[in-house]
Amino acid sequence: MAWQWFHRLGSPRWFYEKTSAWLPWLAAASALLLAVGMAWGLGFAPQDAKQGNSYRIIFIHVPAAFLALAGYYLMAISGAIGLIWKMKLSFVVMRAAAPIGAALTFVSLFTGAVWGKPTWGTYWVWDARITSMLILFFLYVGVIALSGAFAREQLADKACALLALVGTVNIPIIYKSVDWWFTLHQPATIKLTESSSIDPSMFYPLLTMIIGFYCFYAWVLILHTRTLVLKRESRTQWVQQLLGEGR
Amino acid sequence: MHPARKQRLILVLVLVALSSAAVGFVTYAMRNNMDYFYAPTAFAAGEVPFEKRIRAGGCVVPGSVRRSEESLDVHFAITDGEADLQVVFDKILPDLFAEGEAAVVTGQLMRDGTMRADQVLAKHDENYTPPEVAESMAGNATCGDGAKI
Repeated sequence: MAWQWFHRLGSPRWFYEKTSAWLPWLAAASALLLAVGMAWGLGFAPQDAKQGNSYRIIFIHVPAAFLALAGYYLMAISGAIGLIWKMKLSFVVMRAAAPIGAALTFVSLFTGAVWGKPTWGTYWVWDARITSMLILFFLYVGVIALSGAFAREQLADKACALLALVGTVNIPIIYKSVDWWFTLHQPATIKLTESSSIDPSMFYPLLTMIIGFYCFYAWVLILHTRTLVLKRESRTQWVQQLLGEGR
Repeated sequence: MHPARKQRLILVLVLVALSSAAVGFVTYAMRNNMDYFYAPTAFAAGEVPFEKRIRAGGCVVPGSVRRSEESLDVHFAITDGEADLQVVFDKILPDLFAEGEAAVVTGQLMRDGTMRADQVLAKHDENYTPPEVAESMAGNATCGDGAKI
């Protein structure tokens, strides 16, 4: 039936065995893309006419912020799938995504502060963009805290999924905050519907970094999910066998 | 889809819709407090209280920056394309502060309609260009056309 592949996807064992082959490819792709993007962006892209070299932090700041937002949707949708289909693996992916998302949100807040000092003249302001991004960080931290707050894993899964789903409202707010309200943060540079307001010589290294961050995210997420799968399934026969082989 | 799953799917969608609506209403009710600063038009319309710490943002009017001979005082005007606001500031301006660029100033609105700022932040735009491309474009100022700051 049409749903069969979907249910097979939900099997932790199937996931563990299938993803083993993907890991080296994802690791190589992210290492290559990040190395190329970093060298290109930091070494070869031209200076900005107004900001000089300080704009180069964009090559970390923007990809990290992109993945922090996209990763939240991934976490919330995994939680929803877990709730609806009672799929164990989906909850594991949700939990694996939380610390990675929190780290990326922190990176984008931190690089934003470092960038803000030379350009705006301050590390931090409480404008709508920066404040909503801080709320995103707290949402991620909330999911991490909730996942450890229950003795029963199933309860923790449900609680995390509910919090993640309620928090999704914050993502469009972060994205549109710079258009809806007056903020110190400038509006979006990379636009989907119109031409981006960044010179191609700076856009291509940025795009390389964004794709590199996506690969890196996928790699880290799969690694973390595999670890959590082994932990959760540690009493099952296939994990015991796997551990036996490794010894 | 299995009826039980369908029901849970609907529950999840309702949860997301309701929580989004709740946050949406709260944000809408607080819309006046969501802005980081007032536009000069709000000052002209008398919406801004006197002698309270507030923020104003706008484009620094080209040609309006005057530095005092005997003190650190610097006078300039910011505009949103409709109204101007006179600002006086007595500290060091950020590097990216320039005529034709946006700035956000924090301070008090005095009775004479000028703003005495104690902090000036440069608000840079979303455009990134190499120096040679910027030079070849006529009029490097990016925020003076009355567009949203």
